[in-house]
Amino acid sequence: MTEMLSDLITVLGSTMRLSTPLLLACLAGLFSERAGIFDIGLEGKMLSAAFFSAALAAITGSVWMGLAAGIAAALLLSVIHGLASVTFRGNQLISGVAINFLAAGMTVLVAQSWFKQGGRTPSLVGDGRFNGIDLPFADALGGIPIFGTIYRDLLSGHSILVYVAFLMVPLTWWVLYRTRFGLRLRAVGEAPEAVDTAGISVPMLRYAAIAICGVLCGIAGAYLATGLQAGFVKDMTAGRGYIALAALIFAKWRPWYALLSCLLFGFLQALALRSDLIEKYFYFKVQIQLLDVLPYILTVIILAGFVGKAIPPRAGGEPYVKER
Amino acid sequence: MQRIPQWADIILVPFLSLVLAAFISALVILAIGQDPLEAVNLMITGALGSTYGWGYTLYYATNFMFTGLAVSVAFHARLFNIGGEGQAMLGGLGIALAVLFIPWPHWSIALLGASLMAALFGALWGYIPAILQAKRGSHIVITTIMFNFIAAGLLNYLLVDVLRPPTSMDPSTASFPEATHLPTLHEILAPFGIAFSKAAPANVTLLIALAASLLVWILIWRTRLGYAIRAFGESESGAKYAGINPVRITVVTMLISGGLAGLMSINTTMGEAERLILNSTEGAGFIGIAVALMGRSHPVGVVLASLLFGFLYQGGAELALWMSIPRELIVVIQALVILFTGALDNMVRMPVEALFSAFRKSGASQ
Repeated sequence: MTEMLSDLITVLGSTMRLSTPLLLACLAGLFSERAGIFDIGLEGKMLSAAFFSAALAAITGSVWMGLAAGIAAALLLSVIHGLASVTFRGNQLISGVAINFLAAGMTVLVAQSWFKQGGRTPSLVGDGRFNGIDLPFADALGGIPIFGTIYRDLLSGHSILVYVAFLMVPLTWWVLYRTRFGLRLRAVGEAPEAVDTAGISVPMLRYAAIAICGVLCGIAGAYLATGLQAGFVKDMTAGRGYIALAALIFAKWRPWYALLSCLLFGFLQALALRSDLIEKYFYFKVQIQLLDVLPYILTVIILAGFVGKAIPPRAGGEPYVKER
Repeated sequence: MQRIPQWADIILVPFLSLVLAAFISALVILAIGQDPLEAVNLMITGALGSTYGWGYTLYYATNFMFTGLAVSVAFHARLFNIGGEGQAMLGGLGIALAVLFIPWPHWSIALLGASLMAALFGALWGYIPAILQAKRGSHIVITTIMFNFIAAGLLNYLLVDVLRPPTSMDPSTASFPEATHLPTLHEILAPFGIAFSKAAPANVTLLIALAASLLVWILIWRTRLGYAIRAFGESESGAKYAGINPVRITVVTMLISGGLAGLMSINTTMGEAERLILNSTEGAGFIGIAVALMGRSHPVGVVLASLLFGFLYQGGAELALWMSIPRELIVVIQALVILFTGALDNMVRMPVEALFSAFRKSGASQ
């Protein structure tokens, strides 16, 4: 029984950590897409943030400097996306593809030029990483059976960015549904002409959404390289930006459902790491490759409308032209 | 209204985009402490200075012709097929099954059979996203991205657990039988007295790619189906009004697109590796996007853009070998080309349009 509980806590704890970058990127995409800007460049923004956060953390020894650099790098790519999709009314999908490749190439080029370690940063130690923090009274309450154990071993002891990510969910909900800015942001994704008629600038709102998206992707990437792992390696996002995109569709562009879908996809990733546990408790072998692609298969099923219909924001992907 | 003459649209604007991309790439090379002029020299001698270099350049260009045509055909129907990578992977699977399980007497018949399987498997992988888009309204960009990952997972499973010979450690199929090996350019050109490098992987598939380019040109501009595809791409409602069935056009276009992407694997799988390996596509499916954008979705443009990217690919490999510039420079150039010719097209186009209308005004006032 205790062994089962400790195995469960191991997998769930790893689920929390693996869900964090997905959740941050998913909420990033949520802001952007609710404002009518499709963003398949989440992957690239996360990747460049991962590199620049690890690089600055390695150079300065301060993880906070790293976080700032990561956010700045992701914001820079956001500006390119904004220029392409808002100012020059280009194709948002093509811009996203370009951003992903730009990040994939530039991170390795710069990494090789700065550190000469085959496209990676030096390993981060000490203050160069986000280390785990203990929640209040974790030790004191830890003695209580089950609840205390869960509090001490599962919920406590993660890095600060994990808690930031989870707190971002109610915050996103509040901003989108309880503030004037959120109302306008959702409106600009559904009916930009109405927002324009009300005398509010469509480009400004969309740039704001894209900027928020950049900041969140920046935090997600920084967490990957300085929290989840200790340094940057080539292509370390490994498709997480696309899984976040899948989670966003799975959640039908709503914040609380985004939390659930990211936890689900994070859980699948955690299981893929410990597939021996499935055999131990359920006596059958699951192909790791199946666990890896399950998020994508589930998303296709959702997209196909077999389990409820995923309807994207109405004006998504369309540049707004005033004089029509 | 035609704001700029056609020659400016198909030559000047892409050329300016290319210059911009090249300029920024040069800045990147400078920024990492290397000499851009030396790099260009090295790329030219490495990719075009010998038949060995040409052999690699043409080999890569063959891949990009197929994937570029695949993306182009879909573009004509205003469908953005990002799934070329997955479709090409499935094409490779089709080839491996055809070549390993059927005893072919001669390479030419094997090539025919394998091409059929490659196109069939690639088309199948394009069919599902197409039918989901046409019937259920799921966005084809997202589904094709998802299908790339699903294809990678499927191939990983098949190569690690199913098709790998029990004695082998790497995740790949057994080597293809001798009879199915395709003639290389060396073997094709030798009877004509042309000494072409023996080591380079360019092979007979290049000719198939050129033939495919011609067929795509005929399809798009000389057939009823091509007209329907273009009409659908210009205006879905207009096409419907003219009696064109949108479901049929979406599905048929994606079948052709997926089939073309699948054919790419003939070059890599049958022509080069002579077995199916993990990640045999090496991102060529994505380069197809850059190639199609640069080539303005026209087969002639696609062939030229493929040659350019083939040159960049082979030149980039030389850079990685002789200067300390990682291969990823090519990924950056590819990103810049996609950015300037695709997403920021208006940034280049607007000043050109302004320039032409200024000329026109001054011409009219005289």
